[in-house]
Amino acid sequence: MSAVLQLDTVTRIHGAGATEVMALREVSFSAYAGELVAVMGPSGSGKSTLLTLAGGLDGPTSGAVRVEGTDLAALGQKGRAAMRRTSIGYVFQDFNLIPALTAVENVALPRELDGAGSRTARKVALAALEEVGIGELAGRFPDEMSGGQQQRVAIARAIVGERRLILADEPTGALDSETGEDILRLIRARCDAGAAGVLVTHEARHAAWADRVVFLRDGVIVDESGRDRPDALLEQAR
Amino acid sequence: MTARTLSVGLDARVALAYPVWPAVYIPGIHGHGGVDHGVDDGEESPVSVRNALLALLEQGPRYGYQLRAEFEDRTGGTWPLNVGQVYTTLSRLERDGLVEGQGADADGHVVYVVTASGREEVAAWFGSPVPRTRPPREELAIKLALAVSVPGVEVGAVIQQQRSATMAALQDYTRLKRRAAGDDPHELAWGLVLDSLVFNAEAEIRWLDHCEARLRRAAHDRGASSVDRAGQAGQAEQVDPQEATR
Repeated sequence: MSAVLQLDTVTRIHGAGATEVMALREVSFSAYAGELVAVMGPSGSGKSTLLTLAGGLDGPTSGAVRVEGTDLAALGQKGRAAMRRTSIGYVFQDFNLIPALTAVENVALPRELDGAGSRTARKVALAALEEVGIGELAGRFPDEMSGGQQQRVAIARAIVGERRLILADEPTGALDSETGEDILRLIRARCDAGAAGVLVTHEARHAAWADRVVFLRDGVIVDESGRDRPDALLEQAR
Repeated sequence: MTARTLSVGLDARVALAYPVWPAVYIPGIHGHGGVDHGVDDGEESPVSVRNALLALLEQGPRYGYQLRAEFEDRTGGTWPLNVGQVYTTLSRLERDGLVEGQGADADGHVVYVVTASGREEVAAWFGSPVPRTRPPREELAIKLALAVSVPGVEVGAVIQQQRSATMAALQDYTRLKRRAAGDDPHELAWGLVLDSLVFNAEAEIRWLDHCEARLRRAAHDRGASSVDRAGQAGQAEQVDPQEATR
């Protein structure tokens, strides 16, 4: 079983000379299908950098980022954009929904941009909204929904079209604790159904939903808690 | 769904809850000098057990085994009682006039009923806050206090080791939570006990994060003002004991 996401000795340096900041330092990290991995660390530890690299929104200074075996750097700008539409789902703290589009249109957008017919895109978008429990809100605009509902739309957008890598950056940051827990249940369910998930958070209670918790300090993984995946162990043994 | 949740039942809860105990200190479980000491020695029952049994008896006459089963059902076996302890508690309650033994039933079980003053005691318990007589998690606080003030201890490693262990416990509690999502009163009671364990563990991790941040800042300030910084910028381990205790 291969990793859905693999960071191979990744270093990311921002700036140069005196203002040079090493955000990540030779980090190796994998997320496997069916697994949710949480990344914890204080601000400035490199956790957001890790996520933007994993999502192909930024490139490493050295090392490689592979999604389903494909090196993102080798894909080029266009290829990475296509990869983001089809394989990678991103969930942000502030939802990032387009205000002028309804819930179902927000979710359908990545599929349409990818060339799916609008009827097909709408159909899969509705299915994704059903999956996150808000099928009946499909026609609402973001400002007609609560924060928790908007985040559900964002999750539907992240999972639409069977994407296998879910990246979540403090997805519960703007929500109360009960609603935040519902959101984690959804991400967890998607991983249990076969996706790989990476959750960046500074809240231990939320990180605890993950199979593994990785601790980042000054751009380095200093520790990890949780159970090793059996297939990860097998790979090491090979 | 309900059937599956119920069939997991107590045994699974206990089996899952037990292995994580050493990973995290919870007042009342470990008997590390918390308020609820004496759980295992049968000497003196903690106030929480005594009052919980009284509250159960207020629902109707019961005998020892029933009380134990109901207590553990509501708390998910988080604080297991032995039957001897239940009977010791009952005889003390009887001595104090809060319950009365009704003699043995057909199977030889001594059935107890609550008295009027027992009911008042239960009402007073629910009507007053639990006293915060001692700060919780004292062993860890003491360990860190010593770690920062005794030379040669890598405080950063002490913190990370604890954070990792507590996070593992928190992951176990969360796994249990994922199963216990029922809405009937007993599932809810157990769910709330679990939440209490979750919030306790989270508080400990937040406190550890806070300790680390303060130590790093102290180390950084010291490094910035020191001529010989010895390449230790940002390392929490090398905090000057005097500096850290100020």
